[in-house]
Amino acid sequence: MSENFKKAPLSAQVDLSKFTLADFTKATEEEKRQQEVMGESTTFFKDGMRRLRRNPLAMGSIVVLILIVLVIFIAPIVVPYGYAQIVKGAGNLSPFQYSEKELAAIAAGEKVFPHIFGTDSLGRDYFIRVVFGARVSLGVGVFASLLVLVIGMLYGSISGYLGGRVDMIMMRVVDIIYSLPDMLLIILLSVVLNETLGGLIKGTVFAKVGVNMIALFIVFGLLYWVSMARLIRGQILTIKQNEYVLAAQCIGTSTPRIIRKHILPNCLSVIIITTALQIPSAIFTESYLSFIGLGVSAPMPSLGSLANEARAGLQSYPSKLLFPAMTICLIVLALNLLGDGLRDAFDPKLQR
Amino acid sequence: MLKYIVKRVLLAVLTVLVISMITFFAMNAIPGGPFNKEKAVNAATMAALQERYNLDKPVPVQYVLYMKNLLHGELGVSLKNGREISAIIGESFPLSAQLGIMAALFAIFFGIILGSVAALMRNQLPDRLIVFFTTLITAMPSFVIATVLLYLFCMKLGWFPAFTAGENNMVLPVIALMFSPMAYITRLTKTSMLDALNQDYIRTARAKGVPQMKVIFLHGLRNALIPVITYVGPMIAGILTGSMVVETIFNIGGLGSKFVAGITNRDYTLIMATTIFLATIMVIANLITDIVYKVVDPRIKLD
Repeated sequence: MSENFKKAPLSAQVDLSKFTLADFTKATEEEKRQQEVMGESTTFFKDGMRRLRRNPLAMGSIVVLILIVLVIFIAPIVVPYGYAQIVKGAGNLSPFQYSEKELAAIAAGEKVFPHIFGTDSLGRDYFIRVVFGARVSLGVGVFASLLVLVIGMLYGSISGYLGGRVDMIMMRVVDIIYSLPDMLLIILLSVVLNETLGGLIKGTVFAKVGVNMIALFIVFGLLYWVSMARLIRGQILTIKQNEYVLAAQCIGTSTPRIIRKHILPNCLSVIIITTALQIPSAIFTESYLSFIGLGVSAPMPSLGSLANEARAGLQSYPSKLLFPAMTICLIVLALNLLGDGLRDAFDPKLQR
Repeated sequence: MLKYIVKRVLLAVLTVLVISMITFFAMNAIPGGPFNKEKAVNAATMAALQERYNLDKPVPVQYVLYMKNLLHGELGVSLKNGREISAIIGESFPLSAQLGIMAALFAIFFGIILGSVAALMRNQLPDRLIVFFTTLITAMPSFVIATVLLYLFCMKLGWFPAFTAGENNMVLPVIALMFSPMAYITRLTKTSMLDALNQDYIRTARAKGVPQMKVIFLHGLRNALIPVITYVGPMIAGILTGSMVVETIFNIGGLGSKFVAGITNRDYTLIMATTIFLATIMVIANLITDIVYKVVDPRIKLD
């Protein structure tokens, strides 16, 4: 090249005679890759997942939760007992003990499925009752949290995005609901709804779920969304200051679309973390209500009601308390640790 | 400041009013009057009864009358045994209050100590142990803690008499009640203590040669305790609801167990009166917490 400049110093033309045809062939994929200096670009989500994967407690919790969910779905298929099915003459068996009748059946060559956790005072297989109890508790926890999420998200995003007078009125409502003692009102509403809903939902799909469960969901939907709404409103107030929101407004994007496409995805991490931490608190509330007799209706077990029933025979059969209590602690512990892990992984503000 | 206090008091009064309204109208939505279950009540007696308890009037009027009685300390009679509810609350609440206050004080005391220890010995064995136990405790519902304590110490070890209410039997219920608020206060103290120790004024104090102990307790802890104050209101609410199951499990005749018994018996007037009573206490606790918080921490903006 230096020779070119000597011949015609002011010419911008490149002397092509210096190049061969090989210089103009397309670069192969491999050559292109050599030019890439940057590493693979990482998204916020990938980055968070990478951090989460490095957290042994959170990963352990995920494994435990997956195991519990697997057991919950597989056990009712494998175990031949129903949660309300009474095995005659097999009351109050300890774990892996058989009743005399069953021992006779085994001696006769029949196969009898063992009572892994024993049986309760009526002769119902305790393992399957705990499994269904965990199913109810987890189901209530997840569903209630989703309910809280949807209501809180709608309310919070509308209030935060519109701002001004609408925001003020909406937040005063939230303030009042927030200052109500939630647990007391939950108890009160459960009492009332248990008495009144029965007639209303007779014959509908809801009757299958049970009055108490519906009452529980209504109560959650009415009272628990406020903190979620506050949180999302706070997030949106900061996010809507960003230039890309202004840009979207300039090209005439509609308000719902801006909220849906530009704002909500940006507070996704906060939403996920809060929902994850909401589930154990919902499970706590459900078990508490079941414990004082306001939870799911009679034959259906819940971990709280199982623990309550176990109190009567605590002296002689402590295992009846141990199994539901351990299950509830395990589920809540795993969810708490997972929630903490998610917060550490996805909330950049907390990184130290 | 005065303006803020007045505003908060007004909001608290409004909250209590809203609660009483929700409670009253919700309870009135339950089908069947309180006397429908009585056998063989003739029409005349029924009418007399309804008039006696104002049941013949429209619901809003009933509410006003109920509130009027409430302000005079008349909470109506229990449907279950016909006793005055104010008498029931009067005899059972001191027991609950005693239990709750002891649990709250112990929770605060041990929570602050454990939290400070965890913060000062960060990432050492005591901190790890404290974090482990607080994580474990927060995963246990109060009824599980209470039942396990009952089984271990009353039935297995026989250290305390089981199922007898009495002064000497307050130990286990207090422990059962204080565990979860203690765990929470420990976490709170730890984070705020770590935060406080990183502040510039701590560095200044150290640079001036103030003794280490004095720095930690006089400069660090004093500022670290401010977030703990905000938790006192919710803690009282938590202890009051927690005492319902704990009292039931340990068979203590406090207000909590009376409330749970009322729920089991569908004793609506008792549930209603107790809800309003407990809710008022919780609202007052929150109010005091908020005001104290503003007094203690002048950095908070008054709005």
